[in-house]
Amino acid sequence: MSKEEVLGRVREALSVPSHPQVRALAGDGIRNPREARKFMPPGGDTFEERFANFSRLGEKLKVEIHLVPTLSAATDAVLELSKSCGWKKVASHHQPLTDVAVPGLAPEVIWMEDQPGTTALESCDAGISGCEALIAQTGSVLVTSKGSGGRALSVLPPHHVVLATRDQLLPDMLSGYDLLREKYGKNLPSFISFITGASRTGDIERILVLGAHGPKRLTVILIES
Amino acid sequence: MTTPLTQFKSDTKESTVDFDHRKWMQTALKGYENTRGGVEETFGDFDQAKRTGAAIKWEAIENLDTLLEEMTQNLEARGTKICWAGNGAEAVDYILRVAEDCDAKKVIKSKCMTTEEIHLNPAMQKAGMEVVESDLGEFIVQLRGEDPFHFVFPAMHLKRNKISKVFEEKIGSEPSNDPEELCMIARSYMRTKYCEADIGISGANFGVAETGMISITENEGNARLTTSLPKVHIAVMGIEKVIPKLDDLSIMLPLLGTAGAGQWLTGYNSMIGGPRQEGEVDGPEEFHLVLVDNHRTRLLADPEQRDALRCIRCGACLNVCPIFKNIGGHSYGTTYQGPIGSVITPHLRGLQPYKHLSYSSSLCGACSETCPVKIDLHHHLMRNRRDAVVEKGGTMERFAMRQFSKVMARPKLYRSCEGLMRLGEKCWRPLKGKKADPLKAWTQTRELHPPAPKSFHKQWKEKQQGKS
Repeated sequence: MSKEEVLGRVREALSVPSHPQVRALAGDGIRNPREARKFMPPGGDTFEERFANFSRLGEKLKVEIHLVPTLSAATDAVLELSKSCGWKKVASHHQPLTDVAVPGLAPEVIWMEDQPGTTALESCDAGISGCEALIAQTGSVLVTSKGSGGRALSVLPPHHVVLATRDQLLPDMLSGYDLLREKYGKNLPSFISFITGASRTGDIERILVLGAHGPKRLTVILIES
Repeated sequence: MTTPLTQFKSDTKESTVDFDHRKWMQTALKGYENTRGGVEETFGDFDQAKRTGAAIKWEAIENLDTLLEEMTQNLEARGTKICWAGNGAEAVDYILRVAEDCDAKKVIKSKCMTTEEIHLNPAMQKAGMEVVESDLGEFIVQLRGEDPFHFVFPAMHLKRNKISKVFEEKIGSEPSNDPEELCMIARSYMRTKYCEADIGISGANFGVAETGMISITENEGNARLTTSLPKVHIAVMGIEKVIPKLDDLSIMLPLLGTAGAGQWLTGYNSMIGGPRQEGEVDGPEEFHLVLVDNHRTRLLADPEQRDALRCIRCGACLNVCPIFKNIGGHSYGTTYQGPIGSVITPHLRGLQPYKHLSYSSSLCGACSETCPVKIDLHHHLMRNRRDAVVEKGGTMERFAMRQFSKVMARPKLYRSCEGLMRLGEKCWRPLKGKKADPLKAWTQTRELHPPAPKSFHKQWKEKQQGKS
């Protein structure tokens, strides 16, 4: 069928007005999500409140969160992680934080901008990326294909490490959308994702298992300055 | 001949006497109710959030034509190809053509109930392609050659030993009794499948008109891999999934996570607005969105029941339904099980062959109460019953109801029938549930309370006389 035929069917169906009883069941809600903020869980007004929410949720979701004072401390933290896990090959993308923290991190470092291909990325021990924002209300990491090294970096390697700065910790999802609109305007990235915890499944007997298909571990390193 | 009704009867006859399985289901679903309850409490006011969700989806349904236009125009502007499919066959044809154009041999899929509805997998396999379901639950039922048991938890009916057995038989793994090991078997098997696949097929939980995007909700990361790695991505989406604004997701995603799985937000909530764009390092070269009507407009044309199109497929109504808990998902014989399935299947596949589903309900209303977008589910079941009778009522039933109303309207006749009933009951009692019992179908699994020795009328009369 053509577009017009399908839309024609829709219009014809809608030409009969809805039954008042049915309409009444949806008529009394607050429509605007921004007004609805007041009955959604809070994100926090100050950095301290937001960080408290983010780490509380992160703990539940088994996210490893490190709050470090400076970028050089962050570099040390990633290096320590690399040593303790014995990383041989890691992948990353170019942005101000990763450009400092990633080089020299493992014997082999591949960069997404060089188009390494799926097989090379799949064999990495970790993917290290920046993010658009951290969301306090949900404990999520907001990534996009433009700002976080593409679509696969944050999901294919078994360990995802995120570097973020203090001002990137936002209160809620709506503030995340605002940030994307401000930064990209109409030209939003083709891929946007709220990552909330490591990959998981409960499909076998409802027992939680981490690392179903995506990363088994998610580490967030938040730089205070 | 098997009809949906005979299949339903024979399946439920089997599943309702499997007490172990019923207990297993009830324990699992109790677990869901508990975790969900805890998450609801983290909202300032969960009921208000539900109202907002309902209002958003209602606005979308009442403006479906303009929102679909807005969404597809925005998607097309960034290189997405749109297919408008009037029915399942058209959607399947389009997908097969795309597959042929890119010479696809291997297909990876993430969970998508709409593709179950249009029977995509058998058609692709018939055309010579390998199709692998990547969601763990879907993968398990695919290996077993079964339909999903529950449209959110496809393999919830299986214990680990059965899962281990099917892995052993079908993909040659070592037996295991550990859920984590079983997951890792699937993970490593699937890794090569992602890398080799020519096409990735996904569903969509929402379509955002304002920005021209689809939104996919998942926990495992399989949908992200399916939509990132293959050169071609095809998303299949029912036309009712569109919502007006990007901001609306800030309500809809928590509602879906909470109602669906008792999670405040699921692991990955991803939005896709086109194929790989200029300046991006990876992503598919082609992105196709297949919009499926397949009789959804028939439901939309019903002014009393069109709110059923608000459904976000969270599966909450199944989880709380006393019928679902006891008969299980396969008995329904439909793509969508439980209360929502019983409401919409008669619209999607025909009222007469599926009217029995509207009777497989106690009308307790737990479904309507739990629904995060406030669909009037149990009243719709009654509306389906009414419509089925108006369309094609049984002669016997009509005759019986007419006699019944005559008797009820005439006190003298009623009282004389009362005596007859008492006598009848005495004669019938020894036959109860036996071969010669004319009411056997009903009475063999049910108890009829014997009538009181004296009717209320008589007792009242005697009491009044005693007083005076």
